[in-house]
Amino acid sequence: MAREISYLDAIREALFEEMRRDDKVFVLGEDVGAYGGAFGITKGLHDEFGEYRCLDTPISESCIIGVSVGASLRGYRPVAEMQFGDFITCGFDQIVNQAATLRYRYGGRVSCPIVVRAPVGGNVAGGLYHSQNPESWFVHRPGLKVVAPSTPWDAKGLLKAAIRDDNPVIYLEHKYLYRRAKGPVPEGDEIVPIGQAAVRREGRHATVVTYAAMVAVALEAADRMAGEGVEVEVIDLRTLAPWDKDAVFASLEKTSRVLVLHEDVKTLGLGAEIAATIMEERFDDLDAPVLRVTYPDSHCPFSHVLEQQNLPNADRVTESLRRLLAY
Amino acid sequence: MPSIKRYKFKLSTEQLLEMLYWLKLIRSFDERLSILVRQGRVRSGVYSGIGQEAIVVGTCYGLRPEDYICPLHRDLGTFLMKGVSPGVMMAQMYAKATGLSKGRDSALHSGVPELGIFGNTSMLGANTPVAAGLALTFKVEQRDNVVLAYFGEGASNTGDVHEAMNFAGVHKLPLVFICENNIYSYSVPIEKSMAIEDVADRAGGYGFDGVSINGNDVLAVYQSTQGAIARARAGDGPTLVECKTYRWHGHSEHDKPFYRTTDEEAMWKARDPLPTFSAYLRSQSLLNDDIMMGIEERVRTEIDAAVKFAEDSPEPSPADAASDMLA
Repeated sequence: MAREISYLDAIREALFEEMRRDDKVFVLGEDVGAYGGAFGITKGLHDEFGEYRCLDTPISESCIIGVSVGASLRGYRPVAEMQFGDFITCGFDQIVNQAATLRYRYGGRVSCPIVVRAPVGGNVAGGLYHSQNPESWFVHRPGLKVVAPSTPWDAKGLLKAAIRDDNPVIYLEHKYLYRRAKGPVPEGDEIVPIGQAAVRREGRHATVVTYAAMVAVALEAADRMAGEGVEVEVIDLRTLAPWDKDAVFASLEKTSRVLVLHEDVKTLGLGAEIAATIMEERFDDLDAPVLRVTYPDSHCPFSHVLEQQNLPNADRVTESLRRLLAY
Repeated sequence: MPSIKRYKFKLSTEQLLEMLYWLKLIRSFDERLSILVRQGRVRSGVYSGIGQEAIVVGTCYGLRPEDYICPLHRDLGTFLMKGVSPGVMMAQMYAKATGLSKGRDSALHSGVPELGIFGNTSMLGANTPVAAGLALTFKVEQRDNVVLAYFGEGASNTGDVHEAMNFAGVHKLPLVFICENNIYSYSVPIEKSMAIEDVADRAGGYGFDGVSINGNDVLAVYQSTQGAIARARAGDGPTLVECKTYRWHGHSEHDKPFYRTTDEEAMWKARDPLPTFSAYLRSQSLLNDDIMMGIEERVRTEIDAAVKFAEDSPEPSPADAASDMLA
């Protein structure tokens, strides 16, 4: 029986392994040092690697990212932590204008191998500023890679890949999954390649394209549909930029019906991009429009009653699947 | 610690004349750019440094190759002094394929890590956290190299500069902050930007020294910068060197600075750093008409060659318009 650990421990394991493997890798962020991080992810790093490889910073998100860019110019591989993904906006300029454009404006002569880790997502009584899903802003910006693991295997494998990648990678770890997702992890030097989706469940009647905490919702909906004789294929994107078009197209070819499910808001969420791309490039494979199940265009309320009203759930997914199949 | 304004330095005749050469070269480069803009041969992106050359020369003279500079948008001369040829810089201004950005960006938004040059974005002040990251790596490696981070008095009010200075103070980074106070941020006069007179006064708030000096006296700039650099190399942390100066042209070449008075402009032009320095050299019998003509001839030849190189250089390839987002 393979060793099973939590999503949170998988992230920590990736950090330890990469920092042992390459002494140019270092971590910086608020409370990452002696405290071990707001969620305990960096626990033990400071003890083993010391202050300057697990560095407590002031509350200065812009400086945290800028310092990371500067260090990367001298060959380092910083892993910057945003305490909550919502705070990433405080360092937005350094990400989208500094890091994302560095290679392009330097005539291709350099790259910017930084990782920005950001705990995202809701359903954790987080309210407006501890629940957001900011992926669209970064998928939208050329020059960045964006990953969003849903399992401990992918959490560890994608973080290792992100650290080894020469580009700026926004690593979105879903806080709802920290202790709820448990499973095996890659060992040794095995990584999960960036840009590759995973088929979580095979099916031939409809495809659900999703990621992060919504994968479990999709699987729950698929189980229910199976009871009605409908086989739903669930694709976990794992990487959002660049997203695995080939995997989505291959599934579309089988099922002819696609639903995109994401916890992010509807307008200009990844579903809009996936739907437009499928229309442009694989229109003839469609037997129905691409439907989307998403958060409404709303902020994230704190009240449990209100938040459950907004979050996509298996009921909403099955309802949309039935509409999709009725076409 | 003794005031850096009294730092003891010695420069040979050759070195002093070399400083004069740089002042002349940088002035001529900017004057030529101004003409080229009026002729429509350089489209835009010119932020003239005419009037502020003593800061460029005084801060850059004597830097080691591995020392890093993070200049501001008006400091084209720093690129030349750090080793980029006039031809390549002119090609950069022409947005030719032979420029630093391969035509993708103009002016100073591209750098050369091998020469220790960081080219910032247009977000003023955003270079300072990056400078802090570079300096952090020098400290961690226990190297005695330094980083110079440049910004105007306007940019000194950005959050990034505050965060970077604070971070540099906490970690006593080998980082010299050079503030070029030319009393206007585009059209906004200093009294609308700041409640205090001297940017240097802020340094104490970050735990280090700040000095305010005559930015139009190249030897005063050299003296204070070398004093600050000596401190940084010795591990004594950052210093803020505020250089009072004035830009002769508008913010950009398209700006006719009607918001200033001709009296004020005349007063500052009378303090032109170039004749001030050459008068000093003549008074010490280090400079005569023959030597001056030799320098001016050399400068003219180099600028003409740079323009020819830029004009003869190819336009960038269309393939370069949307490539090099990622490594």
